[in-house]
Amino acid sequence: MTNAENLIALLVAAPLLGAAVLLCGGRRLDAVGHWIGTALAAASFVFGAILFVDLLGKDAEHRTLTQHLFSWVPVEGFQADVAFQLDQLSMTFVLLITGVGSLIHLYSVGYMEHDERRRRFFGYLNLFLAAMLLLVLADNYLLLYVGWEGVGLASYLLIGFWQHKPSAATAAKKAFLVNRVGDVGLSIAIMLMFTTFGTFAFGPVLGTHEEPGLVGDTSEATLTGIALMLLLAACGKSAQVPLQSWLGDAMEGPTPVSALIHAATMVTAGVYLIVRSGAVFNAAPDAQLVVTIVGAVTLLFGAIVGCAKDDIKKALAGSTMSQIGYMVLAAGLGPIGYVFAIMHLVTHGFFKAGLFLGAGSVMHGMNDEVDMRKYGGLRKYMPVTFVTFGLGYLAIIGFPGLSGFFSKDKIIEAAFAKGGTEGWILGGCALLGAAITAYYMTRVMLMTFFGEERWRHTKTASPAEPSVEPAAEHRGEHAEPHPHESPRSMTIPMIALAFGSVFAGGFFSIGDRFLHWLEPVTGHDHGHPPVSALTVTLATMVVLVVGVAIAWAQYGRRPVPVLAPRGSLLTRAARRDLLQDDFNHVVLVRGGEHLTRSLVYVDHTLVDGVVNGTAASMGGLSGRMRKLQNGFARSYAVSMFGGAAVLVAATLLMRAV
Amino acid sequence: MSFPLLTVTAALPALGAIATAAVPAARRTAAKWLALLVSLATLVLAIVVLVRFDPDYVAKDGNFYQLTESHSWIADFGVRYELGVDGIGVALIALTALLIPFIILAGWHDADPLETGNTRWRPTQGFFALILAVEAMVIISFEATDVFLFYIFFEAMLIPMYFLIGGFGDRAHQHGEEAASTQRSYAAVKFLLYNLVGGLIMLAAVIGFYVVAGHFSLQTIAQHGLPDMATSTQRWLFLGFFFAFAVKAPLWPLHTWLPNAMGEATAPVAVLITAVVDKVGTFAMLRFCLQLFPEASKWATPVILVLALISIIYGALLAVGQRDIKRLVAYASISHFGFIIMGIFAMTSQGQSGATLYMVNHGISTAALMLVAGFLISRRGSRLIADYGGVQKVAPVLAGTFLIGSLATLSLPGLAPFVSEFLVLVGTFARYPVIGIIATFGIVLAALYTLVLYQRTMTGPVKPEVAAMPDLRVRELVVVAPLVVLLIFLGVYPKPVTDIVNPAVKQTMSDVDKKDPQPEVEAAK
Repeated sequence: MTNAENLIALLVAAPLLGAAVLLCGGRRLDAVGHWIGTALAAASFVFGAILFVDLLGKDAEHRTLTQHLFSWVPVEGFQADVAFQLDQLSMTFVLLITGVGSLIHLYSVGYMEHDERRRRFFGYLNLFLAAMLLLVLADNYLLLYVGWEGVGLASYLLIGFWQHKPSAATAAKKAFLVNRVGDVGLSIAIMLMFTTFGTFAFGPVLGTHEEPGLVGDTSEATLTGIALMLLLAACGKSAQVPLQSWLGDAMEGPTPVSALIHAATMVTAGVYLIVRSGAVFNAAPDAQLVVTIVGAVTLLFGAIVGCAKDDIKKALAGSTMSQIGYMVLAAGLGPIGYVFAIMHLVTHGFFKAGLFLGAGSVMHGMNDEVDMRKYGGLRKYMPVTFVTFGLGYLAIIGFPGLSGFFSKDKIIEAAFAKGGTEGWILGGCALLGAAITAYYMTRVMLMTFFGEERWRHTKTASPAEPSVEPAAEHRGEHAEPHPHESPRSMTIPMIALAFGSVFAGGFFSIGDRFLHWLEPVTGHDHGHPPVSALTVTLATMVVLVVGVAIAWAQYGRRPVPVLAPRGSLLTRAARRDLLQDDFNHVVLVRGGEHLTRSLVYVDHTLVDGVVNGTAASMGGLSGRMRKLQNGFARSYAVSMFGGAAVLVAATLLMRAV
Repeated sequence: MSFPLLTVTAALPALGAIATAAVPAARRTAAKWLALLVSLATLVLAIVVLVRFDPDYVAKDGNFYQLTESHSWIADFGVRYELGVDGIGVALIALTALLIPFIILAGWHDADPLETGNTRWRPTQGFFALILAVEAMVIISFEATDVFLFYIFFEAMLIPMYFLIGGFGDRAHQHGEEAASTQRSYAAVKFLLYNLVGGLIMLAAVIGFYVVAGHFSLQTIAQHGLPDMATSTQRWLFLGFFFAFAVKAPLWPLHTWLPNAMGEATAPVAVLITAVVDKVGTFAMLRFCLQLFPEASKWATPVILVLALISIIYGALLAVGQRDIKRLVAYASISHFGFIIMGIFAMTSQGQSGATLYMVNHGISTAALMLVAGFLISRRGSRLIADYGGVQKVAPVLAGTFLIGSLATLSLPGLAPFVSEFLVLVGTFARYPVIGIIATFGIVLAALYTLVLYQRTMTGPVKPEVAAMPDLRVRELVVVAPLVVLLIFLGVYPKPVTDIVNPAVKQTMSDVDKKDPQPEVEAAK
């Protein structure tokens, strides 16, 4: 028996310490703060690696380490502990979080170099790492909730990092609020578990290798309720329909944040929650069906939005939603899909983080311009960015041999393997999504790195855009950008992630390594594939080619107009995120404003009035009120006298009773 | 006879109040320091009480109160000077003693005479003496185990509070000093009348209780059980008590005095109202309503739970609609009091432990938020949210502590209020699922009103009027930093408080003869 489990707390403690030091340390740490933050993130990764080696040394059934720190909320009949559980599932996340996290810390050293609040930025990043690790290491749902909300807080702080921009502050608040709706789901799920099982710790509820969980002792209806509430929570955190609206706005945050939090790790927490709670979902097929529907709808929703956006980060955000939709879909398939959901989550963590860092590198060299219509031909100026971004691109569209090919293909296969009509529909959606993915990613690639250099002013100044130019000049953005490659601290993480984007999928799939690693936790089932795996792969290849070809025809062969054409009805709707915010605005914002305004009025006139009126009519108090304002002491005496009278009357009354 | 620790703990601030008031007019600073030292000494005494208190004490004769003192007082009416504490009382005494030094320190300059110099009376001495007087009365209310003794101080504390609200209002007012003065008087009188009416109704019930029981002693009841009461009598008496506590707590629809009082009073006095004085109301529900009238309490539970639920949602919605920072916090408090009352009347261990913990946590979190808000308001001279913007840029520490206070108010997991709020919700849900679920939506609204407040005041472009705003000063930091540390500490490790509170809750649960609902899987076996 080793003492490796004592390292688990250190995993969380290292970045937490970093956050505390950086946020309380004051200006004197400005010079070294970013390196402290990066070092502690890396330390966490090292602890994770040591634990990983330790787990590999055990046989598959005993790869669970636990560490009990202290009793957190001990109340009669209610027990919540601060205790950790590290198994293959959490281990996978730990390596992803700390690995990609450390790289992005390193990247931020360069990216945030000119920001005067860089120390604070690293403090928030460390806070995020600590919270995210807590989320995946907690051994009960209430402690998970702390991590869950902690990452939400970090996300809030980082989206709104440039607080002086009203749009950033609004986006941060929106993200937090939408997530709170999800939190209602998580709260209710925990409460339901408590009233049903008397506990909400993973072991007793979900079961272990030794004994089955309490989920077996209750009705399917209860489990469906719990599962749906967990799904609501997952929808919030992972930006799934209907709680998807915050993710696009979250791109207001600095790009490393978009890469780490809003692509690679935090937004996948919903998938973790579902897979972790597999035992609950497995026993609630109705809820699973809802999960798959949410996943399928979101994967199409995100993909369609991704096609229409001209803002490179928002296009990638749509893509993130869509890819997480794949994961949720896979998680909803039960044991057929759990492993592949997580595998896609990991490979997506590599290539999407890499794509975002690439986008950040492009912005870095382009005066923070995000409009892809003002890019073009950048491959000559940013070769490293071009190559790493290109590899990420090939990975996400599922180019054979790269990471995305293995993980996404498996999900599509699994969707068909669900069997029956559902299998065909879900598989069809997943295939269609693959085609759209190929389309919008090719579009991003072509608009950014190929074609004319639309950022050159002589070419962009066309008479068709008088309304745009003054605004741009007003913002001081009319200076022609000088695209250049980013510094080493930024390119190294991009190269590392590109490496993962290329090889991770293949490495995981050779000999089904990833499957064998996770299966003891999640279980696995082959389902009922209606067609052979080869057929699915071929179909995927066909739609991939179709998607790329259409994008090529539209954006490769023809020059890209600097001003977006009006577009079809669908395009225009997609640009507005399929009208999600218009809906929210009309129903929630307007409605809410009317409600609160009328309540303020009601409180002032009606409630106050009625209570005052009742009091006045009962004791002639309104007259006395005026007197009290004139002479307090005398009137108080009168009140006391009145009180005494009531007292005597009451005594007499009681005697009579 | 042992040392009368409880009497001394309450008497010290009372004597301190007299001494502070007696400080010569010119020695204002001396009065401040005296008051601060007295409040710190009281805190030391409260800690001694905490240490001497044994959470696992098992009474042989059933009298579970500890550190008891008992003397005959008005023998003809069976009124005794009787003190004693259980875990709930101890926790709230500690909270009170803890907050008063911060309130004094935060209000350090709130009662300085204006430049024009009104030296006719001694505002500084009066202000701090009144705060100490309130402290003394609140502490003895938590200690009294004689119903009449409790009643006296429950009512008497209205007088210093009236003067604190009416005499020392916020100088920041958009319509000038004249209007401020009028609104202050209105708020003070409204506070007084609401509470006076509640108190008078309670007085009738107190007398009624004497008629039935023949004495006022809770300790006697603990030993010998409740007197026999007809169901209808019990219900009437319960309503009399409850009404007074519901005004003080305050519960919808008796809440409208609170926004006025908190809006017009200075921020430290607002904290005194909501974090300290109002806790006597919720404490008394647990102590008197549930212990004296268990059957009637259960009878009234459905109605009270619905009112509490309305308070939660209504208070939060009203907070969203406020344009005045302090009134916003007041409505938030109404929402939080709804949670506390809901936890008490859910009649589960989790609910009641949660409610008691909530009282402590709400005291700390509201103090943190309101005091920082007060610092902010004193800098700009306005309570209107719209007058601020971009403060984060010029005063990052102020903004940071304000954010932590806001996050505590919205019950962020990891901070103290989360633990209590979740316990209340889970305790309510266990018995009343629908009410529990609706109340859970309060967490969305809480996020809305706190984060909108933060966004509008702290973020965005810097408004010219706040551009020269200084960051927190040392004195202000000394006030806020310990509160922040406590919020984090009790969020991570609330066990010290729950250990004290749990046995008392167990006692209350057995007094009302209620058992926790069993988990479904165990009930099935």
